[in-house]
Amino acid sequence: MASKKIVLHFPHRLVNQPIVYKLVKDYDLQFNILKAYVTPQEEGLMILELTGEDINFNKGIEYLTSCGVKIQPLSQDVIRNEIKCTDCGVCVPICPTGALVVDPITRKVNFYDNKCIACELCVKACPTRAMEVRF
Amino acid sequence: MKTIKEINEKIKKGEVVVVTAEEIIDLVDKKGAKKVAQEVDVVTTGTFGPMCSSGAYFNIGHSKPRIKLGGGICKLNDVPVYTGFAAVDFYLGATAIPDDDPRNKVFPGEFKYGGGHVIQEIVGGKDVRLEATAYGTDCYPRKKLETLINIKDLNEAVLFNIRNCYQNYNVAVNLSDKIIYTYMGVLKPKLGNANYCSAGQLSPLLKDPYYKTIGIGTKIFLGGGIGYVAWQGTQHNPAVKRKDNGVPGAPAGTLAVIGDLKQMKPEWLLGTSMLGYGATLTIGIGVPIPILDEEIVKYAAIRDERLFTQVVDYSQAYPQMVPGSLGEVNYAQLKSGEITVQGKEVATGNLSSYSKAREIAEELKSWIKKGDFLLTEAVKALPGAESGYTFKPLRERLK
Repeated sequence: MASKKIVLHFPHRLVNQPIVYKLVKDYDLQFNILKAYVTPQEEGLMILELTGEDINFNKGIEYLTSCGVKIQPLSQDVIRNEIKCTDCGVCVPICPTGALVVDPITRKVNFYDNKCIACELCVKACPTRAMEVRF
Repeated sequence: MKTIKEINEKIKKGEVVVVTAEEIIDLVDKKGAKKVAQEVDVVTTGTFGPMCSSGAYFNIGHSKPRIKLGGGICKLNDVPVYTGFAAVDFYLGATAIPDDDPRNKVFPGEFKYGGGHVIQEIVGGKDVRLEATAYGTDCYPRKKLETLINIKDLNEAVLFNIRNCYQNYNVAVNLSDKIIYTYMGVLKPKLGNANYCSAGQLSPLLKDPYYKTIGIGTKIFLGGGIGYVAWQGTQHNPAVKRKDNGVPGAPAGTLAVIGDLKQMKPEWLLGTSMLGYGATLTIGIGVPIPILDEEIVKYAAIRDERLFTQVVDYSQAYPQMVPGSLGEVNYAQLKSGEITVQGKEVATGNLSSYSKAREIAEELKSWIKKGDFLLTEAVKALPGAESGYTFKPLRERLK
């Protein structure tokens, strides 16, 4: 079984097509919509948690790519503005997945974006607003 | 025994020995306080945290025709300033916010822009939009002024903070069952996290607990430039109960500091937004401690394990002014990332950047070593532990 949170960018020509339906019908994938912005004539954006058999999962991703949907892993959504971050560490206990950790020697805060689930709790809790959401 | 004059001679000759408040700890462990007192001349401290009772005053020069801002209304980038002075002087406070800020109407308010952010932009050399209205007089006829101003054109731009550098601070937790938004950060329900705000073993007043060297007139690192201790800070509270090593076990002394904003740097004066609380300014301060004798070394070498503070509930006890502590912890425990409160393991977060505090102590050390920074003799001591100086609550009355 594969289960991943991914960000889909739909070019505006695809916004009117039932692409997610195909993922279910043809590839037997489960989906959970975490976030979606779909506006006619504009690029659409959808964050999905996609789950299914490995082979189906890969075929589903191939299908999306072949349609012209751009795919990126969710972790790229929250980024740290290194100039703004003061390494204070007040975000550390806020993060539910341990993606923000204080280095015991340097006392700087490490951001492991592979652990980030883009819940965005740190974004507003950061006193200098160094955590930014980017799609 | 050494004097500040002798230390300054060494600084001028390039022979001074300076270590940070962190480095002196291991040095004293290895060599003993007596030897270190002979060998080391200065210990540098540092702290970098949000400090709300901060701000700056300005004199913008007279317009033609003249305007009297005193008694009028004046805003910088929509943030109101205090104009109750003469014609073109005003004070910008770190927590001021624009009149149209939604505040907590949309809960929790984001407080994206306030006085602290304006100060950061001014120090960074950015143009700031000034809008003012006044009532007009014979000698100051003008009633309206709209202009861009820039720090390089101002007569005076002076950072003057009435309370900074708290000697110790509470650890904030939330015992209630809903999330709360405080000046100590976002506190998750049922002891979800514990936030503290101190550089611990690098913090200036924790390393000179009886204010033996830090006093009125002490020259300091302030916002990346040079500043001075102007007075004891507001809420200075030297009579707080002290531990065996002399260090207060709760918030105690404070400093009022002053310095020319024109020589400060925006990376050490950061506009700050506390979710659901307000806007403020994060400030870098470093204070040198001259090593005059062995006793001063002993205080300066106290490590995190022996610096204690109190855990306070910010859902009930703090807002309702109910005294009491949920327990005492030391800064080594806080820095480990976890403390135990009421039998529960609670993750800790610091509002004050220890790595930046270390950078400040190192920077001040390099200034002194290079001969760029001479030490000053305090002109007057801060009110001490036995002075009778206290921090009283407000007694409300209508008669």
